[in-house]
Amino acid sequence: MTGRLETRRLGTVGYQDALDLQAQLVEERRRGQIPDLLLFLEHPPVITLGVKTRNNRTNIVATDAQLMESGVAVFETGRGGDVTYHGPGQLVGYPIFDLNPDRRDVHRYVRDIEQALIDAVAAFGISADRVEGLTGIWAGNDKLAAIGVRISRWITSHGFALNVSTNLAHFDLIVPCGIQGRGVTSIEQLVGHPVPMADVETAVEAAFRAVFE
Amino acid sequence: MASEVLMPQMGESIAEGTIVRWIKNVGDAVDRDEPLFEISTDKVDAEIPSPAAGVVLEIHVKEGETVPVNSVVALIGAAGEKSESSKSSKSSKESKESKGSEGSKGSEPSKPEAPAPVAAPTAPAPASSSGAVEDLRRTKSSPVVRKIAAEHGIDFTRLEGTGISGRVTKKDILAHLESPASAEASAGSPASDAAAPQTAKRAPASALQVPAFKPGENVRLEKMSVMRKKIAEHMVHSMHTSPHVYSVYEVDFQRIATLREKLKGEYDAAGAKLTFTSFIAAATVDAIRAFPLINASLDGDNIVYKRDINLGIAVALENGLLVPVIRNADERNLLGLSRAIADLASRARSKKLNPEEVQGGTFTITNPGIFGALYGLPIINQPQVAILGVGSIDKRPVVIDDAIAIHPVCHLTLGYDHRLIDGAEAGKFLAYLKERLEQFEV
Repeated sequence: MTGRLETRRLGTVGYQDALDLQAQLVEERRRGQIPDLLLFLEHPPVITLGVKTRNNRTNIVATDAQLMESGVAVFETGRGGDVTYHGPGQLVGYPIFDLNPDRRDVHRYVRDIEQALIDAVAAFGISADRVEGLTGIWAGNDKLAAIGVRISRWITSHGFALNVSTNLAHFDLIVPCGIQGRGVTSIEQLVGHPVPMADVETAVEAAFRAVFE
Repeated sequence: MASEVLMPQMGESIAEGTIVRWIKNVGDAVDRDEPLFEISTDKVDAEIPSPAAGVVLEIHVKEGETVPVNSVVALIGAAGEKSESSKSSKSSKESKESKGSEGSKGSEPSKPEAPAPVAAPTAPAPASSSGAVEDLRRTKSSPVVRKIAAEHGIDFTRLEGTGISGRVTKKDILAHLESPASAEASAGSPASDAAAPQTAKRAPASALQVPAFKPGENVRLEKMSVMRKKIAEHMVHSMHTSPHVYSVYEVDFQRIATLREKLKGEYDAAGAKLTFTSFIAAATVDAIRAFPLINASLDGDNIVYKRDINLGIAVALENGLLVPVIRNADERNLLGLSRAIADLASRARSKKLNPEEVQGGTFTITNPGIFGALYGLPIINQPQVAILGVGSIDKRPVVIDDAIAIHPVCHLTLGYDHRLIDGAEAGKFLAYLKERLEQFEV
């Protein structure tokens, strides 16, 4: 489907509020009341767990006390993937897309998101790539963006988290995505100077339009 | 009437799904399109709606289990309807239903097997009840079990099942296959000569087999692509067939690099790309002409000398590799080889090769150096008997007339089948090839 794609830049939104908003938008998208939507936002510091790890916190390495102290909340969500961290300086993108009737392929959808992000960071001179078997985009050995997707009746929610100027120390609280032996990085760390969030949003929006429209 | 809930196909390349959560449990009422369960593949979790309204009668796949797409994961029926497998005698409506699905499977249960005259239910009276149980096991066992049974020629209706009402589960049939008794039974009598060494081979292999992962480990399963499977089969077959030996020669590419610089413009104008591979292919064809054993095959006790030189060039693809073949490479000059290599490589990458263009090769050149390897130790492309590996071409200090010069240097490896080719022959071939390249004449 090559349809209209609308973006909404929401600023900082609490994790629970974002969950509620997504649930509402998924329903509206299903009824055809809204077009395909791409939400841009940032979350206050939070660690989230995917469906498979709801009852297994082995990939959170911090103690509850450490979490309290660093002001990081923990959420159990309905998205795919393992544990991840969200926080200020990280561009979170939630596409609310209807994959019906001709884009019903979850692998393709995830690969498309990866492609859009690879294209977007290329605008900042970053050469990121896929790693076979490890969803997300990587700069060398370090993860630049994480992906975790939920699909309900082929309407998508959740999405990606791209590190722009994220406090990377907060990732030490977890084993990102349950993948041992790899690190995390950010656009700022890779280019060596701060990059405005709005510029990244613009680049990602353009890349999503190129890939999905 | 109960309707089956199937594991949905979530994408072209997706062969199975893992159930992460049942939203409804046995006995729960569910509306059509109401979320019934959640599945997970890769980094995607999906909520699957119920295909029908009713009550969940049975759940066949537990949370955390992975099953192939289109497997029956649950049954949904009318409220109060008894689940079929909880009764040994079935209503006429239900038995008609199961007959239908059995009929479509044809004569599957009567696969070749060890003779079992006694076990066959012949008496008319008890047949109906024991037949019904067998029917039930047959029709209610999962497609995975049916497939495994068909592959191994097992009548699984005669196995003891540990599933619901004696249903044979995947675990049961795998346990049966691993038991030594089944190896004999499924090998059967007719081809026992051929089957005997096979089972003998299988036994120690499975004894040494270390599982790739344990249940509950943090892994992701992905079906091998057709190409991947073919490559795997081919490589194992080749290593089993040919005792591989390798020789590596260092070749000075100074002259080739100079020639390439000089001729590049001319070739570009002619619409051809002059690469180092073009030169190597041309020199290799010459060397094969001088040493025809390198271009041979083994057929039993016969050595098959091939008059055509069909040169395979390995091309790396995103998830595998292909070896397109330049037929009658000896009839082409440097320009013709350059064109053919560029054409085949680009069509291999865009998947536009005809099947015959990857067949009939008599010798293969592969280029591990593309990725920077100093040299590679490639596996022979059967039924060929030798393969040339081209290492990276890098500038290095070389000694010429007791002086040090900086020249581009390449390591060429010949992998060869020692059944047919001895080190002396391989050495002579490589020395000839080296000389051809270092003194290349256009």
